[in-house]
Amino acid sequence: MVQPRAVVLQGPGSNCDREAALGWELAGAQGVLLPLNTLIEQPQRLAEYQILTIPGGFTYGDDLGAGKLLAVDLICRLGDALQSFRMRGGLIIGICNGFQILVKAGMLHTDATLYANDSGRFECRWVELSMANRGKCLWVSETPQRILLPVAHGEGKFVPRDATVLRQLQQQDQVVLSYAASAYPANPNGSVADIAGICDSTGQVFGLMPHPERHLWPWHHPAWTRQASGVEAFRRREQGDGLTIFKSAVKACQ
Amino acid sequence: MFRIEIRLKDDMFDSRGQAVLAKIADLDLEGLTSSEAITSVRASELYFLDGALTGAQVRQIAETLLCDAVVQTYHIDELRGAGPPPPKAHYPGAGAIEVGLHPGVTDSVAASLGHGMQRLGLQPQAEYPQPSAAARQPVEIRTAQRYLFTGVVSAATLHRIARELLVNDVIQSYSLAAWMPHFGPLPAWRGPLVYVPLAGVTDEALLQISRDRRLALDLAEMQAIQHYFRASGREPSDVELETLAQTWSEHCSHKTFKAIVEYTEQRAGQIVAQQTIPGLLATFIRRVTEEIAAPWVKSAFIDNAGIIAFDERHELSFKVETHNHPSALEPFGGANTGVGGVLRDVIAVSARPIAATDVLCFAPATWPAADVPLGVLHPRRVAAGVVAGIQDYGNKFGVPTVSGAIYYDAGYLANPLVYCGAVGIAPNGSHPRAPQSGDAIVVLGGRTGRDGIGGATFSSLELTHETNEIAATAVQIGNPITEKKCLEAILQARDARLYTAITDCGAGGLSSAVGEMGAELGAQVYLDRVLLKYAGLAPWEIWLSEAQERMVLAVSLGNVPALLEICRIQDVEATVIGEFTATHRLVLYYGTILVGDLEMDFLHHGCPRRTLQAIWDRPAGDAYAAPPVVGDLGQALLDLLCQPSTASKEDVIRRYDHEVQGGTILKPLVGVGQDAPGDAPVIRPLDVPAGAWQGFALGCGFNPRYGLIDPWAMAHSALDEAVRNVVAVGADPDRIAVLDNFCWGDPNRPDRLGGLVRAAQGCYEAALLHRTPFISGKDSLNNEYLGADGARHPIPPSLLISALGLLPDVRRAVTMDFKAPGNLVYQLGLTRYELGGSIYYQQHGLLGERVPQPQDYSPALMRRLHQAMRQGLVQACHDCSEGGLAVAAAEMVLGGAIGLDLHLNRAPADDAARQDAAALLFAESNARFLVEVRPADAPAFEAIMAAGDETLPVGAVFNRTLNPVTPVIPFAQVGTTKVLPTLTAYGSAQRPLLELTQAALRHAWQGRSDHGAA
Repeated sequence: MVQPRAVVLQGPGSNCDREAALGWELAGAQGVLLPLNTLIEQPQRLAEYQILTIPGGFTYGDDLGAGKLLAVDLICRLGDALQSFRMRGGLIIGICNGFQILVKAGMLHTDATLYANDSGRFECRWVELSMANRGKCLWVSETPQRILLPVAHGEGKFVPRDATVLRQLQQQDQVVLSYAASAYPANPNGSVADIAGICDSTGQVFGLMPHPERHLWPWHHPAWTRQASGVEAFRRREQGDGLTIFKSAVKACQ
Repeated sequence: MFRIEIRLKDDMFDSRGQAVLAKIADLDLEGLTSSEAITSVRASELYFLDGALTGAQVRQIAETLLCDAVVQTYHIDELRGAGPPPPKAHYPGAGAIEVGLHPGVTDSVAASLGHGMQRLGLQPQAEYPQPSAAARQPVEIRTAQRYLFTGVVSAATLHRIARELLVNDVIQSYSLAAWMPHFGPLPAWRGPLVYVPLAGVTDEALLQISRDRRLALDLAEMQAIQHYFRASGREPSDVELETLAQTWSEHCSHKTFKAIVEYTEQRAGQIVAQQTIPGLLATFIRRVTEEIAAPWVKSAFIDNAGIIAFDERHELSFKVETHNHPSALEPFGGANTGVGGVLRDVIAVSARPIAATDVLCFAPATWPAADVPLGVLHPRRVAAGVVAGIQDYGNKFGVPTVSGAIYYDAGYLANPLVYCGAVGIAPNGSHPRAPQSGDAIVVLGGRTGRDGIGGATFSSLELTHETNEIAATAVQIGNPITEKKCLEAILQARDARLYTAITDCGAGGLSSAVGEMGAELGAQVYLDRVLLKYAGLAPWEIWLSEAQERMVLAVSLGNVPALLEICRIQDVEATVIGEFTATHRLVLYYGTILVGDLEMDFLHHGCPRRTLQAIWDRPAGDAYAAPPVVGDLGQALLDLLCQPSTASKEDVIRRYDHEVQGGTILKPLVGVGQDAPGDAPVIRPLDVPAGAWQGFALGCGFNPRYGLIDPWAMAHSALDEAVRNVVAVGADPDRIAVLDNFCWGDPNRPDRLGGLVRAAQGCYEAALLHRTPFISGKDSLNNEYLGADGARHPIPPSLLISALGLLPDVRRAVTMDFKAPGNLVYQLGLTRYELGGSIYYQQHGLLGERVPQPQDYSPALMRRLHQAMRQGLVQACHDCSEGGLAVAAAEMVLGGAIGLDLHLNRAPADDAARQDAAALLFAESNARFLVEVRPADAPAFEAIMAAGDETLPVGAVFNRTLNPVTPVIPFAQVGTTKVLPTLTAYGSAQRPLLELTQAALRHAWQGRSDHGAA
């Protein structure tokens, strides 16, 4: 079986790129880091890969809103290359800042955005997530119904333009992950309908605020030292919950 | 000029405005009369664009770059002439405050907007310093914030809100009407060069020159400069004089730690000992590293950061810096650039930063506003700004901020402390240190502006009520994204072996960086080739500027094109500004004008060595302070848990990204609910190859109240605590390196210096005892505030010891939360009657005299504990520090949601402590842990503790006898865990001394979390 090739885009201010590449390696793909400017100069190189990862970070400092300027780069400089990448079945994931970029570039849904957390501040904490997808999203086939991942962001509140857009997302099976409860801090940012991640209408493009690349091993779990305590919630796992997302994509490529 | 306002739609929750409203409520505005009531605050962004743009283009900018149409709306006003904009009828309110930056202050949002406009073809690439004739003038961009108030509010109240909450006049200005930016290009420097006549000047006049120019040089130093130029037959240029002042500053050259010290020890006024110390650094700190001679120390006190061996392929570097003076004046910018600076220290040893630490000292958040001296910011504002500054830099750069502490004491009112640390990783031996004659001098990263000029000399002066008026240019604002891009470019250049030496631009700017790199060679620099943020800088300003995010590399000419190509791809600016030479001179040109020419030897060795007087007056008594009367020990414990310094810092910790880079194996907060205080975070760097599990832990020890009693004991305790922290989570005691960071008062005052000598002695002894080499350190002196009333306020003696300990396998790491009921709990180490300096005494308004003393068995105890951990015998482990055994036990209960029956009569203790349950519970004696062990593992655990197999090298004999072989380690089983999540402590009687539920403990620990950063 051919090993899928996954490219991890390094924009100015990306900072979760190396751990994302590790996720690909552990999932059985080849993870390659590529600077944005290199891709802008040679957009045809996107054709060498089956998977594009836009990792977390603070591209351009999030100066004009989280992910905004890199979204402009994608639209202005890589629009055609991305279009053909998607046409031939390429998979795209945006994690945290990557999710913000995909949303602001209109690559998931044109009538939704991610905005400042209701708490008014950046927060780093682990959250429980429920699988909300009924089968459209290609990124979660291996992912269990309940998973634990960390979030770390200041602008992660998912806001659809209106109730119609929300209904549309739900009906078309574009909601992928939701926070397991609505009250803060279980829903850490005030996202509408507790939405933590969505996919595009094809299921190929997936964006989420939590960080799957930060839960690759059991030893990433925030209470792994309690694994011998006998409590079910802390039972030793074979792999980190986040790795299942990388594995789902690898499976979809094979 | 166009003004664009971006505003949140009315039905969107405005968290930023809400935060301002909450702070207004917090302010308790006396001026907010009964007729006033602010009902809401809405925040919006203002962008000012000046240049060749059409209305349609501005609309395109607003719609494509600025406005998120799902949640925001925008308005554009075209402003003609210099008048204020038309009234904003579209946004009615009771009043508004508009806040913008002073000209020349770094505005990264404006720079990013410029980038976005370039992508749209609406902004040319800026060309500096000399735009070509054909170049289109770039559109000038400024940004501001607008706060719109609804309800009823007077102008006087708005002014107060602006001054006390929204504006720091060091970097910002505001208007209640319409804030207007200053546009217009500045003229380039045309000269003439200023010379400062020194020949034939009197001593008094020399000192006057030093004061007027804020050189922070004393008479002997000014005379040395006078003699040098007299011998050269000319006068110094301002460039030369400023260069010498920066290079010879306390900040850059550590004059105090290198000075000869005449030390006198007194007891009750009688001299008991006298000693001449040929330099504190050489005599105590460096010496202990040389005596320990650990083969795994790769670099100590040579580079920008200390370096130790890690796994087979990698080395770790570690550095802690302080950024106290800047943080006092502009808390956000000061702390922000403190983080940026220490990350650069790690980059300057060719390493990737992989962890950040911060230890902060503030006055209590509840300090009465009326008692804050003139020119000093309220501690709540300082704390909020500092935390936000650390958050901004660390999170955006992408380094996990994993370790730290916040310490509250009234002594830090005018001089808050901000310690910023960073750990880096690099492949073995990849840091080159040999610039060659002929190598190009390349400046890489941010542009140079007027920001941060004179920071090194500024930090060597004491703060006064006037400082914030004269120090505006000493404050810098960071841009973490620029630094992150620099890092990626430098690591690529490192791996391609493109440079022969590297350093960062920190204090003193290019003058220090180039001066140090070329110290053994010589250098020739063309200051007009340095890329500027804006025109108009004089040569000395370019040379001295402490603009952030700049690195200096020595690159052989053949490698320059390859380096520039890497920089182009990584979006980093890089320029050749000169070359290293074999002349042993530092020669500076601006165009064809020679602006400086100094001998390297004079620059680096011409500063006269100081001789300083130091007196340590040992307190006369050694009596037991009278134990305070307590009604209820349980209430005492709850009171300690909610003391600001002890209480949960979760609100702050969660603002820092402590998971980025995917290596955080033990988080700062641990336990069932991930809200209990871990002893130390553990990180397994991404660079460790698959299947290997080496990692490291970070700890810190800090006890200024001990220092008020005896700085020697403070040093011992701080080191013991830092080592305890990392050993408690599984670090190998034989692989721990430490750093020293002294923050002290004015070293020219013999009592302050006497304490510093004691602390340095303590550092030497403690490091030798534990066999933990110092690999780096830094001192920040002159932390005194001279009030308008003439009174001097030094900070408490503040020594931070930071520990970096290696774990052979992070999967064996141990957390502090109790794991299961029915397990045995041991106290390791002896409780002594040592309540002096404790938080228990502080709670009762006492300081005391019996400060915790060093324990000779501590190194053996740590090694045996580690042996037990490696065999998997330890379920939970917590070190006993502030609040003693009781606070440690309480935290283990609240972390594990599992109870403890604690029997104090079994606790290893000296006779005096045994008489007083308060001492058994709250004394802060060193070298103690609480450890949870399964009953089945108890025999093996006890056997190791009774007779370990550690081999301790024979230590030096201090004032006391040190037993180096197999000391007896006091330990005993003191309790049992239980299902009921309650901490129950028994004395000798049947009835418990205290009984507290986990809920009560948690409520106390979290309920009044008083960090001031809301």
